Amino acid sequence: MRRTSLLERVRLFGRAGIDVVATLGRSVLFLLHSLLGRTATGNGFQLLVKQLYAVGVMSLAIIVVSGVFIGMVLSLQGYSILSQYGSEQAVGQMVALTLLRELGPVVTALLFAGRAGSALTAEIGNMKSTEQLSSLAMIGVDPLKYIVAPRLWAGFISMPLLAAIFSVVGIWGGAMVAIDWLGVYEGSFWANMQNSVSFREDVLNGVIKSVVFAFVVTWIAVFQGYDCEPTSEGISKATTRTVVYASLAVLGLDFILTALMFGDF
Amino acid sequence: MQNRTLEIGVGLFLLAGVLALLLLALRVSGLTLGAGEGSYKVYAHFDNIAGLTVRSKVTMAGVTIGRVTAIDLDRDSYTGRVTMLLNQEVDNLPEDSTASILTAGLLGEKYIGISVGGEEAVLSDGSVIHDTQSSLVLEDLIGKFLLNSVNKE
Amino acid sequence: MSAENPYAVELKGLSFKRGERDIFKSVDLSILRGKVTGIMGPSGCGKTTLLRLIAAELKPSQGEVWVNGVNLPTLSRAELFDMRKQMGVLFQSGALFTDLDVFENVAFPLRVHTKLPEEMIRDIVLMKLQAVGLRGAVELMPDELSGGMKRRVALARAIALDPQILMYDEPFVGQDPIAMGVLVRLIRLLNDALGITSIVVSHDLAETASIADYIYVVGDTRVLGHGAPDELMRSEDPRIRQFMQGTPDGPVPFHYPAANYRDDLLGPR
Repeated sequence: MRRTSLLERVRLFGRAGIDVVATLGRSVLFLLHSLLGRTATGNGFQLLVKQLYAVGVMSLAIIVVSGVFIGMVLSLQGYSILSQYGSEQAVGQMVALTLLRELGPVVTALLFAGRAGSALTAEIGNMKSTEQLSSLAMIGVDPLKYIVAPRLWAGFISMPLLAAIFSVVGIWGGAMVAIDWLGVYEGSFWANMQNSVSFREDVLNGVIKSVVFAFVVTWIAVFQGYDCEPTSEGISKATTRTVVYASLAVLGLDFILTALMFGDF
Repeated sequence: MQNRTLEIGVGLFLLAGVLALLLLALRVSGLTLGAGEGSYKVYAHFDNIAGLTVRSKVTMAGVTIGRVTAIDLDRDSYTGRVTMLLNQEVDNLPEDSTASILTAGLLGEKYIGISVGGEEAVLSDGSVIHDTQSSLVLEDLIGKFLLNSVNKE
Repeated sequence: MSAENPYAVELKGLSFKRGERDIFKSVDLSILRGKVTGIMGPSGCGKTTLLRLIAAELKPSQGEVWVNGVNLPTLSRAELFDMRKQMGVLFQSGALFTDLDVFENVAFPLRVHTKLPEEMIRDIVLMKLQAVGLRGAVELMPDELSGGMKRRVALARAIALDPQILMYDEPFVGQDPIAMGVLVRLIRLLNDALGITSIVVSHDLAETASIADYIYVVGDTRVLGHGAPDELMRSEDPRIRQFMQGTPDGPVPFHYPAANYRDDLLGPR
């Protein structure tokens, strides 16, 4: 029915651009307000422990199970390719490097966005729609400090640990398949791995990656919850946005970080 | 009471995470704390180090006795200078030992093999191995082969 | 300032915009200390927005909001949170913290703002719950309460710190007649017993008129009229008459602005 003129379309496009910039700015202010300055009234440590439980411990099961399976699959695939060149012993090296450099941080971040990130968004969105955030503010407690900050910190702390656990169980799963099932000699499996994995290049870079991902994913999740339309439709949209934005951000950043860390230029 | 289980859960989680990091460091990357102790530095100049990388093995009679820690270009002689850390236990290498860049298998990684010389004096921290054999470069080999066949005709 | 000034809350030349749309244009409004003041108007006219402006949860685009002699929009974020200890708000849904039980909900403001010993907090919480008649529900979780009970617990929480100003956002919506009667009585009782200034935002005419000492009618971005309830009932202003008597058509039209009906149906596509 309604026809839009070219000028109108340009106007709408411009407005959408300005909206994006404004949202970005709002999210940065949101982060600064939450993390800097006066800390939460009351027992901040207790709040953090509670969130570490909700965000970290509750994500443990999915991380461990996925880690084992991914390690096992890597081992199987690696073996079938490497055995063509007669270098089955290198399977340990391949599994470890793949997990430490890429799959550990990235898959953990993606699973974390789906499991903990969406839950954070929904929880905060729900608090907003039931006016719990407003009511905190009216009691004189800053919801950014009381609700948001502990969740942000819990995410920042949990994800690198989860990524490390993911890599360890993944390598364990890979070793199980390679050694017990495919018959790779145990000594050369581990020796090859230890010879080729460097602590600084591989382990530390992986940890740095997952720290960056933790920051971005948690920020997106919490901000989407805080900024959502306070209706049930708004919350479900925000939850979807969390998973989509966080996943895209993780994959995009992974490319940049990999280029910076392992690229030779 | 419920608070207590929560705290214990979080504590276990943090411990598991730190333990995982430790495992990655020690078991997977084979990081040895206080590396550098019990080892000494030896240098070697190669005309061509193609393919050799930092952390490559240094072997003798097939046994790993050290690793490469740095590779740089010597500006004066235009050769590649390789720095190796050798185990302290192997302190009886003659000064005229030969270091050659070898390949594990046809396409495998490059490593340094050391074969024993005959002198009395032994290598110590900071010494230079003079007798070296460079990496085998396939292009050069083919070039030589072609030149030979041209010369024969 | 405080003792001499008969007004607890004063809005001066207040304007508020949402996007391009004016919600309020240069509104002046004064609320008498120690009285129950009703703010009424049709749904969607921005009554709740007005409440949030008084609580400084929203910043006005222009104008001043004076609460107890302080102009709220000029305060920093931290000062504002301190200032809010003097105010209590009862939200439409009650807004109880769903992960805390009734006792902890009411104790929450005391725990974060005071360093009282545990027995004292317990006594205060029980007294506040007794005031709203729910001392027996102290161990229940919010999802075990009915809507009316939630609001009463929220009321107990709102008065936990003995605020000077108490605001009610649509307290009567979706309540059965008994719960409604209880709330009406509670609002009046708390106001008189504790000497609180109460602000009731509502569109429920009968209930608000029955407890309010003074009523402001807002709509169409401004204050349409104000006065004691019976004065407003007799008002000659057609807008106020329409609202007070609930006639469907009048200065506030039944039809949303639209093109000519006949043209729309029979005209060319």
